[in-house]
Amino acid sequence: MTHTQAFSLGLRSVMPMLLGVAPFGVIYGVVALQSGVPALAAMAMSSIVFAGSAQFLLAQLVGAGAPLLLAAGAVGLVNLRHALYSASVAPVLAHLPRRWKILLAYLLTDEAYAAAIPHLMAVQPNSPHAAQAHWILFGSGIGLWAGWQLATLAGVLLGAQLPSNLGLEFALPLTFIAIVVPMIDSRARFAAALAAGAVAVVLAAMPYKVGLFIAAMAGLVAGVAMPRRIK
Amino acid sequence: MNLWWLMLTCGAITFGIRYSFIAAEGHYQPPGWFRRVLPFVPIAALTALTAPELVLVQGEILLGGSNPRLWAGLVAIVVAALWRNTLLTIGCGFLALFALQRI
Repeated sequence: MTHTQAFSLGLRSVMPMLLGVAPFGVIYGVVALQSGVPALAAMAMSSIVFAGSAQFLLAQLVGAGAPLLLAAGAVGLVNLRHALYSASVAPVLAHLPRRWKILLAYLLTDEAYAAAIPHLMAVQPNSPHAAQAHWILFGSGIGLWAGWQLATLAGVLLGAQLPSNLGLEFALPLTFIAIVVPMIDSRARFAAALAAGAVAVVLAAMPYKVGLFIAAMAGLVAGVAMPRRIK
Repeated sequence: MNLWWLMLTCGAITFGIRYSFIAAEGHYQPPGWFRRVLPFVPIAALTALTAPELVLVQGEILLGGSNPRLWAGLVAIVVAALWRNTLLTIGCGFLALFALQRI
């Protein structure tokens, strides 16, 4: 696999998710303006913070006049699950120079991670493919970044003129299903999915998406605790 | 002015979280259980993101026939399990959603 092939694999894998991310980005642009965030700042936030749900929250907190410390803490909680992605991809990126690590960490969103991880897990360590694997994550990361910037721009410029109730957001859960279901090939992995899904539903009302992080942790515990085979 | 400081702070926090383990890799010796947990991260995190989207309607658990996203999601799960094809899964999921919304 050349680096061009790896890059285009990542880019192609994230494409279906852009369908779901685009309406989300448009709505963010609209919400930000309505909350009193100037258009330039709303756009800049998409590249400075670059995290969908955190940006929604931040725009609303700015509108409500929340103090900096509270807003920063809330954004940290909302994005806590990204630490899990960081741990998950860290071994694959270990050999890279620092500038690559910084770039890929900046691009490490839910969608970029989801698009790249099945391919990263398929790469054998120390194989020739492993040396190019980071290009997959770069492809999915930059694809999502570009889509998010365009969607935000459309939301800021055109705002409420765009239709936002087409149901396209559903592309996101559907793509996650397409990624996760084929990964479930053991009892332990099934247990991890079941526990994470159930806890996420039960704790969905917790503020700042804390329930999401607890649910992911519950899934990890369930997966590891599950005995390998029935004795 | 305050707004820009707020954005820079939140950007730094977000980046710090995403960079944390990537930066630390190779500089510390993780305990054995840590490596065993990692393969479960994609399944646990992505299922946690997805399940509420299917099951909850305006914050309430809705398992009946009046929740088209649940049934469209189940169609997608079956298609994904049988054919392991991303575009087919998304296509069937959307078809099911639009069909159920019209009933």
